[in-house]
Amino acid sequence: MTKDQKGPASTTRRGALKTLAVGGAAAATLPLWARYTHAQSAAPIKIGFQVHRTGIGAAYGRWYDRTTQAAVRLINEAGGINGRPIEIVAEDDGTDAKRGAEVVEKFATQHNCDVAFGTLFSHVVIGSAPRAGELKIPYFVVSEGHHVASGMLNRYTLQPGITDVKSQVQAMAPFVSQNLGKKVTMIFPDFAFGHDHRDYFSAAMQAAGGEILELIAIPPTETSFTKYFPRIPRGTEVLYHVMVGPAVLTFVKELGEFFGPSRPEMFGFIDSLEAVDIASPGLEFLEGSYFWEGNPRHAQADQSPFDAFYREQVGVDARGASVSDPADVSTYAHMFGCWETLYVLKAGMEAAGYQGTGDRAKLIEAVEAMTDMPHSNEHPQGAKRFNGKTHQVFGHQYITQVQDGFLKLAHTTSIEDTLYPDEVDYTTQPL
Amino acid sequence: MTEARKVLILHGGLLLLLFVLQFVLPAYHHGNLARIMVLASFAMAYNIMFGYTGLLSLGHALFFAAGMYGMALTMKHLAFTPAPALLAGLAAGLVVSAVIGALALRTAGVAFMIVTLMFAQAGYLAVLYFGDWTRGDEGFVIQQAERVLWGLDLSDPTWRYFAAFTLFSACLLISLALVRRPFGRTLIAIRENEERARMLGYDVFAMKLGAVVISGTMAAAAGASYGLLFGYAGASFASVQYSIFPLLWVLLGGAGTVIGPFLGTLFMFYLIDLSSGITTAYMLIAGVVLVLLTLFAPQGLAGEVRRRVWRWLP
Repeated sequence: MTKDQKGPASTTRRGALKTLAVGGAAAATLPLWARYTHAQSAAPIKIGFQVHRTGIGAAYGRWYDRTTQAAVRLINEAGGINGRPIEIVAEDDGTDAKRGAEVVEKFATQHNCDVAFGTLFSHVVIGSAPRAGELKIPYFVVSEGHHVASGMLNRYTLQPGITDVKSQVQAMAPFVSQNLGKKVTMIFPDFAFGHDHRDYFSAAMQAAGGEILELIAIPPTETSFTKYFPRIPRGTEVLYHVMVGPAVLTFVKELGEFFGPSRPEMFGFIDSLEAVDIASPGLEFLEGSYFWEGNPRHAQADQSPFDAFYREQVGVDARGASVSDPADVSTYAHMFGCWETLYVLKAGMEAAGYQGTGDRAKLIEAVEAMTDMPHSNEHPQGAKRFNGKTHQVFGHQYITQVQDGFLKLAHTTSIEDTLYPDEVDYTTQPL
Repeated sequence: MTEARKVLILHGGLLLLLFVLQFVLPAYHHGNLARIMVLASFAMAYNIMFGYTGLLSLGHALFFAAGMYGMALTMKHLAFTPAPALLAGLAAGLVVSAVIGALALRTAGVAFMIVTLMFAQAGYLAVLYFGDWTRGDEGFVIQQAERVLWGLDLSDPTWRYFAAFTLFSACLLISLALVRRPFGRTLIAIRENEERARMLGYDVFAMKLGAVVISGTMAAAAGASYGLLFGYAGASFASVQYSIFPLLWVLLGGAGTVIGPFLGTLFMFYLIDLSSGITTAYMLIAGVVLVLLTLFAPQGLAGEVRRRVWRWLP
C-alpha cells in the first residue's frame, strides 16, 4: 500500500529526464528511418518549399512564405490540382548553397515531394539545381537570376513566375537614356549580382545611344561609401545604383551628404530597399529618384483588380506593408513570383494529367509548352510570355518615381523590351 | 589483444560498416552519408593540424576552396577531365598550404589564428574579385556530363558513395599511419611541449610546415571531391564559416583522435538536419547541444571515450 501511495513521488528527476529523452529520440528519429510510400491518387500533391528562413535572405523568405501560403490556400479552396489538395513541405536552407542542395535531396528522397519550389538567392539555386537535375525532381525557382536562361542549369530547373535580371536591366536602358540622361555612372556591389547589372546595363545603354562614364564596384564587406563618391565624374547625368544588404541606408545617407541639394538624376533597383520602408529616416535623399520595381509596392491610382485581389489575399496594405503591422514592409517586387509560379504549376499539372512522381517528365513538357499568360488573378503582376526552350518567363517591368514618399508609377515597359536571343535550348536535353 | 590489433579492428570495422551501409540505407541517408564522408575528410585534415600539432587555424576554408576551385576552374576554363582536374585541385592545395604555412608559421598562438583567418578572408575576397572567372558568390555548375571519372558517372548515387568512401578511407588510413609513425609522434610532442621538442633537436618549423602542407592538401582533396561529387563550386565554401565548421566538428568528435572528426561531422550534420525539422531556431538547439557537450565532454565524443574506456584510442 505504502509503495502504491509513493507511486508518483518515485518518478525521480533523472528517471523523468530519461523517459523524455528516450521518447524524444524515438519521435525525432521516426521520420528519419521511416520510408515513405508513393502518394496515392487522393493524397495531397507535395510541394517542397525551399525557403530562406534564416541567413541573408530571411526577409525575403518570410514574405515568400506568406505569398505561398495565400496562393496554396486559394488553390485548395478551389479544389486543388486534379482534385488533390496541395501540401507545402517547407525546409529552411539558411540561404546557403550547400544546405540548399541537401534540402532538395530531402524533398526528393525523404519527403517524396512531387516538385521543389521557391528558391530566391542565386547561389542557392545554382548550388541546388545540379541535385534536382540528377534526382529528376522538377525545380521551380523564383530567383530572377539569369542562371536558368543562360543555360547553366538543366532541364528540370524552370523559372516561369519571375523575369530574370538580364531582361529587367536591359529594359531599363531605353527609359533612362530618353528621360534621365545619356551619361551614366554605375555603382554596384562587387559580386555576381552587381556584375550582371554592370554587364547587361552597360551593353543595353550603349545600344540605346548612351555612355557609361564610370563603373564603381563596391567590395561586399564595405560599410562606408564616402571614399568612393569622388570617383563619380562631374559630367554624370544619371547615377545608376544597386546596393544589396543592410548597408544601403548608410549608402543613401552618405550619398546625400556628398551631393547636397544638387544631385544628378538617380536610378536604382528596389532590391536594395525590399522590406525597407521608403519613408524611413535617412532615405529622404531618394525623393524624386527613380526605381525599377518588379511589381509596384504602393497601390497605384489605376491599380488593376488583379493586384487588389492579390494584395488582399496575401495581407498587404496599399503601401506594401503587412495589414497587421505597417512596419513590416513586404518584398513586393519579387514575392508575386511565388504566387504566379504556383499557378503555373497548377496549370502544368492539369495539362499533363499529373498523377504522381512518375509523371514528372510530363509536367516538365507541359510547362515547356506554355507561351502566353494573360494578366489575371493568377498572374497579378502582369501578362507574361514563357519561353519553353530557355525555361524563362518574360514580362512587363515597372519604373516608379519617389514623390512625397510614394512610389508613383512613371513607366511600364513592354514585354518586347525585355526579350533577348535564346542562349540555350533545354528541350534538347533528355528527361 | 595488442593495442595495434584493437586500433585495426576499430578503424577497419568503421570502414567495413560504412561500406556495408550503402546497401541498406534509404536513399536520403545514403546521400547524406556520402556528403558526411567528404566533409569528415575535411575535418580529419583539420585534425592533423589542430588535434595533433596543436596549431589552431581559422583559415582552413582557404585550403578547401583551393582544392574546389583548382578542380572546378581547370574543368571550366581549361576543359580538364575529372582525373587531371582533381590533381590540379590537390596541387593548388599543396602550393597554397606551403606558402601560407611558410608565412603564418612565423607567428604562434593567437597571432597564428589571426594570420590564417586573414589569409582565408583574402582568399574569399579574391574569389569574389575575380568574378569574371569564378562567378563570385553565385558560383557555377559542373555539368553532370563532365563528372565522369574513368567511365564512372559520379552523379550516380552508388558511384558518388564509392568515391566519397574511397576519399574517406584514404584520409583515415593516412591519419592513422601518420600518428603511429615517428613524424606523427613528433607532431604530438610539439603540441605537448614545443620548447622541449626543439631542445631535443627536432626542426620544429619544418615539422609544423609538414603538418600544414599535409593538412592543407588533404583539405583540398576534400574540397575538390565535394565540388566534383555535388556539381557546384561557389564562394560560400571559401567563407569564414567553412573555417569554423571543421573546428567545430573536430572539437565535437574529439581533437587528437583519428575517429573523432567523423563522429563530430556525423553528429553535427544530423543535429542540424533533425532540429531544423522541429524549429526555425535550429541553430539555437545546435548551440545549446554544443555548450552541453563542451561542459560535460570537453574532450569531444571520442576524446571522452578515450578518457573513460579505451585509453589506447589513437
